[in-house]
Amino acid sequence: MSETVALHDPAVLRRLVWRRQLDRLFVAAAQAATLVGLMFLTVLLADVIRDGAPYLRPELLTNFPSRFPDRAGYLSALIGTVYVVGLMSLVAFPVGVAAAVYLVEYARPGPLLTVLQVNIANLAGVPSIVYGLLGLGLFVELLRLGKSVLSGALTLALLVLPLVIIAAREAITSVPQSIREAAYALGATRWQVVRHHVLPYAMPGILTGTILALSRAIGETAPLIALGALQYVPFLPQSPFDYFTVLPIQIFNYVSLPQPEFQRLAAAGILLLLVVLLGLNGLAIWLRNRTQIVRV
Amino acid sequence: MQRAIDVRPKVEPRRQEEGTPPPVLVTQDLRVWYGTHPALRGITLGIPECRITAIIGPSGCGKSTLIRCFNRMNDLIPTARIEGRVLFRGQDIYAPEVDPVEVRVRIGMVFQRPNPFPKSIYENVAFGLRLHRKLSRRELDERVEQALRQAALWDEVKDVLHTRSGLELSGGQQQRLCIARALAVEPEVLLMDEPASALDPVATARIEDLMEDLKQRYTIVIVTHNMQQAARVSDFTAFLLDGELVEYAPTEELFTRPRDRRTEDYITGRFG
Repeated sequence: MSETVALHDPAVLRRLVWRRQLDRLFVAAAQAATLVGLMFLTVLLADVIRDGAPYLRPELLTNFPSRFPDRAGYLSALIGTVYVVGLMSLVAFPVGVAAAVYLVEYARPGPLLTVLQVNIANLAGVPSIVYGLLGLGLFVELLRLGKSVLSGALTLALLVLPLVIIAAREAITSVPQSIREAAYALGATRWQVVRHHVLPYAMPGILTGTILALSRAIGETAPLIALGALQYVPFLPQSPFDYFTVLPIQIFNYVSLPQPEFQRLAAAGILLLLVVLLGLNGLAIWLRNRTQIVRV
Repeated sequence: MQRAIDVRPKVEPRRQEEGTPPPVLVTQDLRVWYGTHPALRGITLGIPECRITAIIGPSGCGKSTLIRCFNRMNDLIPTARIEGRVLFRGQDIYAPEVDPVEVRVRIGMVFQRPNPFPKSIYENVAFGLRLHRKLSRRELDERVEQALRQAALWDEVKDVLHTRSGLELSGGQQQRLCIARALAVEPEVLLMDEPASALDPVATARIEDLMEDLKQRYTIVIVTHNMQQAARVSDFTAFLLDGELVEYAPTEELFTRPRDRRTEDYITGRFG
């Protein structure tokens, strides 16, 4: 039997030993790479918790910013963040998904489509400060929306739109062609195919992309500063046209103050930001799981 | 689409049997290109009503392309270009005023790989019904049951209609679900593109039995690479090679007394 011969062939055996070693080496390298990321995250978290823990108290959520660290809180920034990001999602999600549906299901393949796709990918890489300046010129100045919640939300929507489009496009592209064919063969129109089959099938993927976009938007500081978001807001925005501030800006503001108490307050703010981020992500994941359909 | 049938196919199955019904579908010099690659090079044939017509031929001969021309599924392929005519009851289905959606309602299709929707069994069948008519809950229930019975699947799934996804069925059951789904919209023609090629022999036998029942009411066109299957189930067989129709005859005759040398070579297993 040729197989028996091969098993006893010393050259093959030597090579097998080497191949096994290579295998172990690779696993070790991959584990090390994972640990590096985890390690830094742990150190970072531990540091922030150590600094910020004393300031994690109810006043953090109920007080407006103040020049006295004992009275200072994040109320207006927290509400501002939720307001801006919520409004942003309402704009970016439908527009992004609609654009992706157009690109995949409706647009005719050709040079024009290629140019569009490449440009969307490029937009995803544009520095966020550029979007801030765009927002300042377009929404604040030209459309006279002011340095408002709405301007901030629209600017962030522009910023994350390419991310949403790209994620949604990938999700829609991965819907099996056989599902589309099945629906068309029953006499469905293109819209019915998209509405009843493509979108439900792609929704978990679309939502995953949206979660990432959301996380990106929550942490953005530069474009909102460029837009002219205020750093000291001792009131709550009552309408989308009011002034606002957001958590990262407030944190940035506290960090730049000389008193060490404010550094600790900033650390507490970072923890708050993390909680908001995880909360919103949790919500999106819950939504995604609800839309997940049984697949075998 | 109820124009009088005045177009006789140039090529009908050779040696008309007594009472062979008139053709429902007729292609006239049908040519298809994918980009610059010719897939069909002028096919002219007629598909008789309430019979099973098999299209056989080696891989890449254009048999799937041909069957997909019958319900305009090739419209979905951006590079496909079609010339010639496909007449359904005398009406050219590629005429500019014809809506492909209407064509696909009257000419249903079952695909090579079972492709149920990732929804419940009930929703799989009800989807097509809901597209076209507003039905009451009771009418919908009745039509779903009727379609599942026609596809010989009812007894196996009647207790799990709403709780099981179509994807949780076995391969053979999935394919019968796809047949039920297609029958629910009450087409006149059922196109089957290698409906059993992904199934085991037992499931295949069930599909073949089912086709025999269905031909009482439906005109069936089946593409198959399995010559035994064509010989078992079909009344007429068309043999395609390199995008051309080599021979088209009553199945028994084509398999026992092929006229063309290439047909003989193919059915005796000399190539393909």
